[in-house]
Amino acid sequence: MSRPLPFAIALAALATIPLFGPPDYVLHLLITATLTAIAGTGWAMMGRFGLVSFGHGAFFGAGAYTMALLWNHLGVSPWLGIPAGIIVAVLAGVMLGWPCFRLRVVGHYFALVTLAAGEIVRLLVTAMREETGGSLGMTPNRVPLDHGFWAMQFSKAGFWWLVLGCWVLALAVWWLLDRSMSSKALAAIAEDEDAAASIGIRVTREKLKVTVLSVALAALAGALTAQYRMYLSPESVSGLGISLQIVFGAIAGGMYAPLGPTIGAVLTIGLDESLRVFFGTELTGAAPFFYGILLVMFMLFLPRGIAGLLERKLR
Amino acid sequence: MDPFLLEALLNGVLLGGVFALPALGLNLVFGVVDVVWLCYAELVMIGMYAVWFLYTQAGWPLALACAACLPIVAGLGLALHWLVVRPLLTAPPINQVLATGGVLFVLQGAATLVFKTDFRSLGVDMPPMELGDVFISGTKLIAFCAALVGAACLWAFLKFTYVGTAIRAIARDREVMPLMGVDPKRIYLIASGVGGTLAGLAACLLVVQLDVHPFVGLSFGPITFMICVMGGLGNMLGGFIAAFMMGLIISIGGFYGSTELSYVIAFGFFILMMFIRPQGLFAR
Repeated sequence: MSRPLPFAIALAALATIPLFGPPDYVLHLLITATLTAIAGTGWAMMGRFGLVSFGHGAFFGAGAYTMALLWNHLGVSPWLGIPAGIIVAVLAGVMLGWPCFRLRVVGHYFALVTLAAGEIVRLLVTAMREETGGSLGMTPNRVPLDHGFWAMQFSKAGFWWLVLGCWVLALAVWWLLDRSMSSKALAAIAEDEDAAASIGIRVTREKLKVTVLSVALAALAGALTAQYRMYLSPESVSGLGISLQIVFGAIAGGMYAPLGPTIGAVLTIGLDESLRVFFGTELTGAAPFFYGILLVMFMLFLPRGIAGLLERKLR
Repeated sequence: MDPFLLEALLNGVLLGGVFALPALGLNLVFGVVDVVWLCYAELVMIGMYAVWFLYTQAGWPLALACAACLPIVAGLGLALHWLVVRPLLTAPPINQVLATGGVLFVLQGAATLVFKTDFRSLGVDMPPMELGDVFISGTKLIAFCAALVGAACLWAFLKFTYVGTAIRAIARDREVMPLMGVDPKRIYLIASGVGGTLAGLAACLLVVQLDVHPFVGLSFGPITFMICVMGGLGNMLGGFIAAFMMGLIISIGGFYGSTELSYVIAFGFFILMMFIRPQGLFAR
């Protein structure tokens, strides 16, 4: 982002991909990776300032379910449902974040509180069987393809452009945050909360700001993921499993660089698919097994992720 | 009193006893080494598979299978400490938690690779016991008693042995104790081993009640963390009371509403407690 021209060229190149008529499978991979990247970028905004959330699945799921429920039960278009989902998730994030920051629940304790919140959303979705289909999941109602725009149901190419736009939005949010005083304040808070407060930084307010941004991106990614897959279940869009997956992508790529989570997302989806191609569906456990080993390796030897490594090489 | 409500109450207490054991193990590791083992429930899961495999596949007697399970899981705990936690002792807490989160994926993946995703059951069940109008599951009662015995052993170990005293001392002040001639590295390793043993014991108690599958850890893992933190670090009695409270909330909530809602209440209670008493319920 610091060099706008190469970025714009790369973006234009990405946007023209569907014009060359690539196989559906390639577009599918690109879309999936970009969706993961949006969620990871959102997570890393908090994560890099020491606010480790294990509950981003909650916000991912809140966005997805709000949108899908509004569409299926009230016929509200996802174009309105996604902003509504983001609002619901942000409200939930503030409700959780404000007391946490105010009462200084930090570190391990913050991680555990967010973990509990993630589980609460998963359980609530499961408990509301009548509306959400419980653990069996639900599918957004389909419409004929020529009416697809209002229902946000497009071909893969349409989705690619939509998702790409949202990804650019996520990076823009990161960039704006990075240039603002807030990022300096948050860096100071991450270093030493008492010292930061003593020089007049409003700790609670700064933390809430970044939480709102981070949660909104997670909800956006969640709603788009559900809409793209046309299927959502408590396990696939909320709970600890999905939270840890979001975290993994962001960490592996590197949470301190704007493109880090994106690199991580490409890596996770690439790893996922290659394991599936090489081992087939027989060895379903292989993917988490290798993820886990990589995650441990990254923490032991490369805690700043791939982007951190690249930055060091470039310098 | 409504016999069904009484039954729910009793089941809550029994459930609490089973939650207490892994929470105590986690508490020990968290309190002494100051690292959250995010994969603790997955260690229990591996232990459950070990008992299941030795009992149903290798044809060992159940008691022997359970006895073998303890050193297996204790060994896993030691390996986890030696390979993953020890190099990260000076790293930021985030990195430590995420590394053990990676181990969670490794263990789940390994279990899926080896045992597939089928639900495995031991197929042992004891006849329910009748107390007046109330029926209590025999397996649950035995598991509860075993949990109490395990906790008592842990308490005696920490209270009366030299190493136990050193463990408690390190948990209280990790700067001064090395000056007194206690090697913290050794204490960390011992605490990890004991934490692993407790996970193994918890596995033996859970495998008779739950079907084991690779993701079984996710069903009781989160609640274990909450009990561990709510009880207060290094406070065994607090851990026990927190476990009973959670067990009762879940059991009574399930009696009046649904299981999911009772867990929602339990997790909500935890979040509230973190706001009101972040140092644990019984912190001084």
